[in-house]
Amino acid sequence: MENTAIGKSQIRWDAVAKVTGRANYTGDIPQKEMYHGKIYRAKIAHGMVKSIDVSEALKVPGVIKVLTPDDVSSYSFPTAGHPYSLDPKLSDKADRKILTRHIRLYGDEIAAVIAKTELAAEEALGKIKVEYEEYEFYLTPEESLKEGALEIHEGTKNIIADTTAEIGDLETGFKEADILIEHDCYTPTVQHCQMENQIAYAYKDVDGRWVCVTSTQIPHICRRILGQAFGMPWGRFRVIKPFVGGGFGNKQDVTIEPMVVAMSMAVGGKPVMLDLHREEVFACTRVRHAISYKMKFGFKNDGRIVAGDILAISNNGAYASHGHAVVAKGGGMVTALYKVPNFKYHAMTVYTNIAAAGAMRGYGVPQISYAIETFMDTAARKLGIDPFDLRKINMTKAMEENPLLHMTQYTMGLRECIEQGKERFQWEKRVEEVAAAKKAGKLRGLGFAAFAYTSGTYPKGLEAAGCRLVLNQDGSIKMMVGATEIGQGSDTVFRQMVAETVGVPVDMVYADQVTDTDTSPFDTGAYASRQTFVSGMAVKKAAEELKEKILLAALEFAEEGQEAETVDLDVKDCKVIKKSDGSLYTELGDLALKTYYHLNKGICLTADVSNKCIQNAYPYGGTFVDLEVDKVTGKVKIYNILNIHDSGVIINPLMASGQVEGGMTMGISYALDEELRYDSSTGKPLNNNLLDYKMPTMMDVPDLMVDFVEIPDPIGPYGNKSLGEPPNCSPAPAIRNAIADAIGVDINAIPITPQKIIEVLNAKDKEV
Amino acid sequence: MLKKINCIINGEPKEIEVDVRESLLDMLRNRLHLTGTKQGCGVGECGACAVLIDGNTIDSCIYMAVWADGKNITTIEGISKPDGSLSDIQQNYVDKGAVQCGFCTPGFVISTTALLNKNDDPSRDEIRRGLSGNLCRCTGYQKILDAVETTVEQRRNSKK
Repeated sequence: MENTAIGKSQIRWDAVAKVTGRANYTGDIPQKEMYHGKIYRAKIAHGMVKSIDVSEALKVPGVIKVLTPDDVSSYSFPTAGHPYSLDPKLSDKADRKILTRHIRLYGDEIAAVIAKTELAAEEALGKIKVEYEEYEFYLTPEESLKEGALEIHEGTKNIIADTTAEIGDLETGFKEADILIEHDCYTPTVQHCQMENQIAYAYKDVDGRWVCVTSTQIPHICRRILGQAFGMPWGRFRVIKPFVGGGFGNKQDVTIEPMVVAMSMAVGGKPVMLDLHREEVFACTRVRHAISYKMKFGFKNDGRIVAGDILAISNNGAYASHGHAVVAKGGGMVTALYKVPNFKYHAMTVYTNIAAAGAMRGYGVPQISYAIETFMDTAARKLGIDPFDLRKINMTKAMEENPLLHMTQYTMGLRECIEQGKERFQWEKRVEEVAAAKKAGKLRGLGFAAFAYTSGTYPKGLEAAGCRLVLNQDGSIKMMVGATEIGQGSDTVFRQMVAETVGVPVDMVYADQVTDTDTSPFDTGAYASRQTFVSGMAVKKAAEELKEKILLAALEFAEEGQEAETVDLDVKDCKVIKKSDGSLYTELGDLALKTYYHLNKGICLTADVSNKCIQNAYPYGGTFVDLEVDKVTGKVKIYNILNIHDSGVIINPLMASGQVEGGMTMGISYALDEELRYDSSTGKPLNNNLLDYKMPTMMDVPDLMVDFVEIPDPIGPYGNKSLGEPPNCSPAPAIRNAIADAIGVDINAIPITPQKIIEVLNAKDKEV
Repeated sequence: MLKKINCIINGEPKEIEVDVRESLLDMLRNRLHLTGTKQGCGVGECGACAVLIDGNTIDSCIYMAVWADGKNITTIEGISKPDGSLSDIQQNYVDKGAVQCGFCTPGFVISTTALLNKNDDPSRDEIRRGLSGNLCRCTGYQKILDAVETTVEQRRNSKK
């Protein structure tokens, strides 16, 4: 039967509210007598606070309180947006306190002001006096791992984790190799730059519980972490998420919620708002892990990989946050792409004194994709094999088990992505164009890179989701999910799923404007590109249950002579029909009304389900790019760029291409522009603002091409696999590979800025 | 220090008492509850707070409220038609999928409105330049460009 809602470009339900300014974000919701909080931040990168003098700050008119570490809860808590683990050994590191005397990064949180106005709070911050004992600080793992380095967290030697995953025997593998190829590369610290900064407010509700309204990706996890931060039962907290102005992982961490609740607690439960400045978001919330890779692979002359050795060292900054999970993910993504019969993936996550690294779109996979795909390109040239062929020779296949993740993939569409992508990109024609341009002395090049990703976190993490559906009196459906809409469009695709499965038009399924831990079913939130896949399973299960109840109710309320069996009934376009002849059995609205109001029969129809997903399905894809390097300025101009994705069935083509375009843009600037930099003499961030940090504007982004290979996946609830993060994984290595093609030199550290290119070109001229 | 100013906001004359240190953005959001105008950086880098002042796009976060005295200001709340229906620009942002998280959207709609008022037939490059003061992290700008180009085309066709 043809789909009615799945696979159709549906306009997002909140778009009209957003273009008219009527969508309420956290900062738009008025509260009576709201106080404003501000955080006093460290002016050194590493050390101890010797004294805090708040006496002058308290004299500022409008200041209510100034909090120091002694005035707030001192429980240590983790901040990562991971589900709670029943196994204490697998719990996230609880290395954070609300306020601290031990300064671990420039901007660490020492004191807080609560005032009647933001202006008064700012003024008071300027009057707090802090004396420090300064320590040596470390910006890179090389520095914090050196002999005699001070411990940023006691008893850690600055190592959060050091793990090795192995397949086969590396030494045997290397012995079998005809050629050994080594490759080092580096990916930088970058930031999410979601347009809405971290913002939250908290108050004590009439029932005595603490409410935190916050711009978060993880309301249910946030509630649990509030419980941990205050040593209180989790049910004592309620977290409400209004519209969110983007997250990209930055809000998959609990960064300000314990602080703002502590502020409200300090003023008897009055509402207090904490609204971070952009500069604070850059410097003091979360960033992407900078990772350096050392790689050595053994190949047969025919291109087969026989052994691979990767050492990955990840800069985690001052607090553990998501910690080792990010770099550790890389090993399994290499084996999801390529067969490496003898493999060692040694990963190390290290504390330094920069901003804590957490989740960011791609969760370590933009990094490992950069490493493995620049490596494959370099190796192809050394082996004299076409880069596409080298990939195909080593690629995994459907129905194979990933030897590190122990999950079997039922679909693997990378081959199809390469074939369809080459055609769509007009690869052969571009090869000729580029050759002609090179002949004419131009630095023009072509590049490709592939990626593999996951749909959710299973088997590493819990994958639970819930959905509640209520059949309204008119046959429309109220949908409640704990999955978190943060702009990616999840609520819109869930509405499509309900519409498809129950048999009503999409506009008769109503989503919630907020996610509320009191009323939204349990779901761990927006991350790991999990929601369409994992939460989609719960939505489908609820929709199937509701439909079954509708059909049973139809029989219960059948008119005389209207014999049928449920197997012969279906719901289509708000009508219960007989499958056998398509005739109308009853209007859904009429039936719904009877279920509500018949004096003796029927009950209101609802479905309230929870689902645990114990599967994973990997999306695949890649980026094709055609670019030119300007010899004089070192600037890169992208002529054509295509992302092609095997994400299974595409639920909503319009919104899916929007996800891809956004991710591609983030990937392009990851390759060419973005890096959060620090002053080596003070440890202070140098470009923690949107002017100096080179997030792309509309003028910096080329036209983007998007394509999909739709192979229905048997695991995905509607044949779908994940899509949100994958688009960000392959543009950077594809661009680097094209630049290498253009200039004939491998630049292995991104961002590949004009300065780096000019330096390389100058050095190359000297060699000649 | 408080000061009284007179200005027109979304077509309505207003007399407002403002703190002389206050930005126009704070005045709009806190005193008039026009919260459609967003703050993304507070220092004129991102364009989320864009409003029209006498027809020009201005970042309201770095425009003092007192300077608004005597000015004609349009915020996102004043872009829709008086009957509440969407402007053609707003409708195309909706239809073309140019909205994701939506936090930058009011600023983009404002900047697009001013751009197309001044240049009714901008090239793709002119659109890119005209909207380069507005940052968006979700869309990669592709569908925003589509929405603006579609509006230009529709206006051109309706003139024929």
